[in-house]
Amino acid sequence: MTDDPRPTIRSVLNERAGIPVDVDTLDDDADLFAAGMTSHASVNLMLALEDAFNLEFPDRMLTRGVFSSVSAIAAAITELSATDAVLPPDGGSR
Amino acid sequence: MTSSGGGAIGGPALKVGIDLVSVAAVEDSLRIHAERYLRRVYTSRELCDCVTSSGAPDARRLAARFAAKEATLKLLRDGDQAVPWREIGVRSDRYGRPSVELAGSAAALARRRGIDSIEVSLTHEGPFAAAVVIASVPEAR
Repeated sequence: MTDDPRPTIRSVLNERAGIPVDVDTLDDDADLFAAGMTSHASVNLMLALEDAFNLEFPDRMLTRGVFSSVSAIAAAITELSATDAVLPPDGGSR
Repeated sequence: MTSSGGGAIGGPALKVGIDLVSVAAVEDSLRIHAERYLRRVYTSRELCDCVTSSGAPDARRLAARFAAKEATLKLLRDGDQAVPWREIGVRSDRYGRPSVELAGSAAALARRRGIDSIEVSLTHEGPFAAAVVIASVPEAR
């Protein structure tokens, strides 16, 4: 994983989050739900982020806040990348 | 349960949650994420209840159940507590009448708020599915 996850997060957001604006025009702290991301789209976002970063979001992170902004997602991924949440190269049990 | 608009002072009050989901969005999730999407979001009972006559996942029914989960979250949460989607489930009885089942952190939130049961109504028409949930909660004094 690169040191800064935000470019990948923005790419995933543009592809999978269903936000009706270019995410690259939003600040890191902009509220993605206010920008048009639905609750259901946040599920797709979570699954796509898991694919992109080869990790799995644990139940304790399934809050609205974790997926509410680029910076919040980056903080969660940085935390998970420092733990055993990262899956082995074959994708583990996911 | 008291009528809508709140009960007597010190008595129970009503809480309502509502949500609307695009059926196409669920179809996209099924196409892109398939089993992972189903396993992370829906209970095993929901997966049994939401199949087409050919045995494939029924996006319309799944969309209605996702709407019920989100509507229930709106009713239960008083902050940003972590609640996995599969801890809120919809069960249909032999007549197709739905009811909400809670587990884990969702059940704990309901207990904390004094919610004993949640009534739910589901609908789907054309491109959308929706759910409304309602529960009686002890009114804060």
